[in-house]
Amino acid sequence: MTKIKSLFISLVLTLGVSTAIAGSHGSTHDLVKERGKLMCGSNTGLAGFGAPNDAGVWEGIDVDVCRAVAAAVFGDASKVEYVPTTSKVRFTVLQSGEIDMLSRNTTWTLSRDVDLGLEFVGVNYYDGQGFMVNKSLGVSSAMELDGASVCIQVGTTTEMNLADFFKANDMSYESVPVETNSEADAAYTAGRCDVYTTDASGLYASRAGYPDPSAHVVLPEIVSKEPLGPAVRHGDSEWADIVRWSLNAMIIGEELGITSANVDEMKSSKNPEVLRLLGVDAGYGAMLGLSDDWAYNILSQVGNYSESFEKHIGPNTPINIQRGLNALYKDGGILYAPPFR
Amino acid sequence: MQTNFFRKIIFDEKSRSLLIQTLVIGIFALFIYLITQQTAYNLEKRGISSGFDFLHISAGYDISIRLIPFTSEDTHLRAYFVGLLNTLMIAVCGCFLATIIGFLVGIIRLSSNWLFRNIAYVYVEFTRNVPVLVQIILYYSILLNLPKIKQAIVIFDNFYLTNRGFFSPSPIFKDGFSIVAWSLVIAIIFTFFLKRFLKKKQEETGKQYPTFMINSAIIIFTPIIFYYIMGMPLEFDSPVLKGFNFKGGMVIRPEFLGMLFGLSIYTAAFISETVRSGIISVSKGQREASQALGLKSNFIMRLIIIPQALRVIIPPLTSQYLNLTKNSSLGIAIGYADLVHGFGGISLNQTGRAIEIMMMVMLTYLTISLTISFFMNLYNKSVQFKGNA
Repeated sequence: MTKIKSLFISLVLTLGVSTAIAGSHGSTHDLVKERGKLMCGSNTGLAGFGAPNDAGVWEGIDVDVCRAVAAAVFGDASKVEYVPTTSKVRFTVLQSGEIDMLSRNTTWTLSRDVDLGLEFVGVNYYDGQGFMVNKSLGVSSAMELDGASVCIQVGTTTEMNLADFFKANDMSYESVPVETNSEADAAYTAGRCDVYTTDASGLYASRAGYPDPSAHVVLPEIVSKEPLGPAVRHGDSEWADIVRWSLNAMIIGEELGITSANVDEMKSSKNPEVLRLLGVDAGYGAMLGLSDDWAYNILSQVGNYSESFEKHIGPNTPINIQRGLNALYKDGGILYAPPFR
Repeated sequence: MQTNFFRKIIFDEKSRSLLIQTLVIGIFALFIYLITQQTAYNLEKRGISSGFDFLHISAGYDISIRLIPFTSEDTHLRAYFVGLLNTLMIAVCGCFLATIIGFLVGIIRLSSNWLFRNIAYVYVEFTRNVPVLVQIILYYSILLNLPKIKQAIVIFDNFYLTNRGFFSPSPIFKDGFSIVAWSLVIAIIFTFFLKRFLKKKQEETGKQYPTFMINSAIIIFTPIIFYYIMGMPLEFDSPVLKGFNFKGGMVIRPEFLGMLFGLSIYTAAFISETVRSGIISVSKGQREASQALGLKSNFIMRLIIIPQALRVIIPPLTSQYLNLTKNSSLGIAIGYADLVHGFGGISLNQTGRAIEIMMMVMLTYLTISLTISFFMNLYNKSVQFKGNA
């Protein structure tokens, strides 16, 4: 008798659990607030973009987007838990709800935006795929790479660009697939491959970590468009808005000359857009379901886009990347945020 | 009547167990159904497309380690077959090598030579107690530290050992080579019948023939004779260092070798223990009886001990073959393009069809494993005692 009873109980439990799974689809914003911290998918370690520093604190321009969102939601940029993701698992981790957003040098493409059920909310770095070789090979152009062995991270757009580039130029190559950036570095420095190809930003970041960075050269050809940006799950527009405008706030901050150093002075600025952004003119935070000082928190705790760029990947860092395409539209780049009004 | 029915269900053991079994199966079926429904519902809700249409769109990536031609324009389905063949290749080569090493080490562990016995002992204890993934990465790292391509180690002029693989000349078959190949096939079939004939003769007359020597000679010399008769219809294409890499010839990549060493050295340790236990299981009296009959020691091993030991060895050996095959999915760690790495990894990532692809990969491994079990069970039956012995 007890056996039968317990069987019935387990049957009821089984049913109950499945319905419970079915019912748990609240809004991401509420979930994040309830949890008290933001779960942010980051790289497993790409210097300047998303990597833990010597003290184990995550740093980088991708990480700064996570911090900006945390600052907007909680008023505290440190309330983030970073979930390192490989290029292969990043979308699954986001789709399954394990993380709230993905900020991990991920290229915005049609199929990812549409078919994978993701939503890209902006671009925080305009990149393109490049090739890095050892100077001793005497190669000065990617067109001379016929027959080379190429190290490539699997599950990336670069993998397909690589196939297309060599096919289009009627060249052959041996692909050496690797899982992470650090494995690629190991294989490349061991001479398993002649060429390491990934987004140019990634090449600069890797090179900075080599024993002799000057022995390696990034070839001039950029063979693809790689707009890298944060992504969220499709179907939760309120949350997408929060992430989108957290990034935009950093860009607009640079445009208006608001830095983490002068943000308090700027509160008494005469420029109405500055006042709207910093929440002196009330109302804009409420539209997003946030407090009015959300953008103030971002700019005071994380800083504007330029500060983030210069601190992590700019010319004064080992990574040494020029602003280039990533300068503001008025400085000759294409970085552009819609108006804050 | 009603009460009788319920009474029967509760108090009659047979009916009760029938009811419970039905319930358990019912709940399990319901569970599977709910999971499937829930998954389909969730996928749809999140706007993730599903289905198997992706198999027919072009893969868009290249695979370097492959047995059949593959370019980035080929479909994901073809990428599946490339991966499947690579998995089968590493499984077959791995099982083969592991069996040889395993039998040798197993026999050496029973040797009377102290040094050999203990070297084998250390080997077994070390390899089977270190995770196979660690060993694979270790061997791969060692292979990556071989000389770079420009400083290749040259062996016999035409073979090159580098950290990009082992380059060797590849054969080019010219007209008439098929006759040489056929002569080999016919020689093998001929030796098979010859062996049976000589065995029968031995049983009739008691005279022993050096069957193994005769057959080896036939198998080796027949194709050589035909090779010269047909005017040496075989040439070799030697690898030549040109630009970045060797052009021409054949290459065995370090990813394959790393997997092969890792899997076979690891599994061989288990097989050697199986072999040792099998040999020990044959009672001492068998050996003593055969010695008393005056048999030579290698005959005792080959004709008396091993056939009886096989009965004990085969079932756990099957399980080791299955382990090795499944462990081959660790190729992902060092970039060996097996089923999980290529189709189950790259295709999955490009198309996002995680559930469909993982189902296909799982069913494939299941099929491979069941096939291995089936044939090993057949073989097991053939080595068991016949009759009531």
